[in-house]
Amino acid sequence: MSAQYAIARPRGARLGFALDHAELLGALLVAPAIVFIAALIAVPFCLALYYSVSAYNMGTLSFSFVGLENFIEVTKSSIFQRTLINTLVFTFASNLLALVLGKITALILLREFPGRALVRCLVILPWAVPVALAAITWRWMLDSMYSVVNWVLVHAHLVSPDVWPNWLGEEGLAMVSIIVIQAWRLFPFSAIIFLAGLTSVPKAVIDAAHVDGAGYWRRTFQIVLPMILPIMMVALLFGLVSTFTDMSVVYLVTKGGPTNSTQVLGSLAFQVGILSGNVGRGAAISLYLFPFLLVATFFLLRFLRRREI
Amino acid sequence: MLRRLFQESGFIAALAGVLLFAAFPFYWMVITAFKQDSDLYNLESNPFWFNQAPTLEHVRLLFTQTAFVRWVENSLIIGGVVVLITLLVAVPAGYSLARMGSGKAENLGIGIFLTYLVPPTLLFLPLSRVISVLGLQDSLWSLALVYPTFTIPFCTWLLMGFFKSVPRAIEEAAIVDGCSLAGAFVKVILPVSVPGILTTVIFTFTLTMQEFIYALTFISSESQVPVTLGVATDLVRGDIFYWGSLMAAALIASVPFAILYNLFLDRFIMGITGGAVK
Repeated sequence: MSAQYAIARPRGARLGFALDHAELLGALLVAPAIVFIAALIAVPFCLALYYSVSAYNMGTLSFSFVGLENFIEVTKSSIFQRTLINTLVFTFASNLLALVLGKITALILLREFPGRALVRCLVILPWAVPVALAAITWRWMLDSMYSVVNWVLVHAHLVSPDVWPNWLGEEGLAMVSIIVIQAWRLFPFSAIIFLAGLTSVPKAVIDAAHVDGAGYWRRTFQIVLPMILPIMMVALLFGLVSTFTDMSVVYLVTKGGPTNSTQVLGSLAFQVGILSGNVGRGAAISLYLFPFLLVATFFLLRFLRRREI
Repeated sequence: MLRRLFQESGFIAALAGVLLFAAFPFYWMVITAFKQDSDLYNLESNPFWFNQAPTLEHVRLLFTQTAFVRWVENSLIIGGVVVLITLLVAVPAGYSLARMGSGKAENLGIGIFLTYLVPPTLLFLPLSRVISVLGLQDSLWSLALVYPTFTIPFCTWLLMGFFKSVPRAIEEAAIVDGCSLAGAFVKVILPVSVPGILTTVIFTFTLTMQEFIYALTFISSESQVPVTLGVATDLVRGDIFYWGSLMAAALIASVPFAILYNLFLDRFIMGITGGAVK
């Protein structure tokens, strides 16, 4: 707030003084948010850092300092190595799929056609529904015995009833399944942001390019895309971060199995740190999320500042 | 002419494909929730429609044999308290960041927003320690305390966007008329921002209902869980899945979200995309 408001408003009470000075009032208003964030995000984060270099265990409750031992042990373990690769595959594959589906959906919704409003309502559903409820529904659709997907495949004579795919019980298929489920959850958001970007490009800009003789592709790639790129990148980075750090779909659909083939960093940290009670090691595993978050934040900052639409 | 026909059929095929992918799981919830077990587990019959009369048996089981009603109440309590805390903290913060106007405010706003990215999977170990020190383990109040860690950063950002869209002239007029700065905020800015604040309320509430990881980590007793966790864990007993009741529960708990998201989507988009417009 500019200082001009603060002049010549004499008020007796001290409270009145605070309420009338822009700088002070601004600081007062934002303080509770900062205190809350410091207490329940910054402090726990530092605790996590400390746990990762201690022998903290639910059984022994010993907090003795062990240096980088947790990180070394974790990094050596073959389950962890597999988990790290799984997490990367899961994150990038599901986001790529969501991006493609989101773009197709946005292009569909850009057109006027009868029933467009209803289509938009239905397409948003996967994003709106709580993850636990959606995941359990997919688990039922991919059930080993009563999968509706398999029923269709068998009746379309694409697979034989004796050897139908066990979607959640075979290593490669389980990964494909959780990727598709995650893409299903993400693509409506990508579509909505794409659509918002496309419709907010000023018509005058497009018309001007048209008059200047730019064709469809030129308008798309040299005018529209550069204008909506920052907001699209923000949405994409959000999808990447939320997928990379999540464990809900994996935990609810496959529990990381079969034989850790769908284990991701979040679910492994949960298993080691909470279920097995080895908090130090669990903290070390979850701190592997941090470098990825830093990189994502770096790009997010760049695109947030460059946004025009 | 032929080319046009080709384009049209391509459009319709894409539309049908997207619709099928997005909405089929919801159709499947409905069909499963109201089918008799003998119909549900019959591999011979067509699974897409009722081969025997529809039944309310699964819904009945949900309301009489499980604590479903209690879980819904828990979710409503958690959601209500979190909305209250979030508004008390994020409304002033969002306003302050929108109006402090300097580069400092912009950076602080982005800084607060970035804490939204720190995920539950990184904080659940230390926070479960914090919760047990506070004596809140296995209580729904642990979630009421922890959920604002992601709703406050998000809603501060959202509200900052909404407040920025309120013209400064409105406050200036109020101040000229003799309001203090704080008075202008309370008496003039808040009333015209009601739609934005309402949107924030809705999305805070839906964010709390979406959360799963903290609930799974902090709460295990059946009487304290929110509805999403209760459905996902309590209706699976050993190896037995009560699929009919599971889908009935998923359906009932999803409907409010479907409606709310569709009603508030446009405002929500305005909020997130407007937040950093210079």
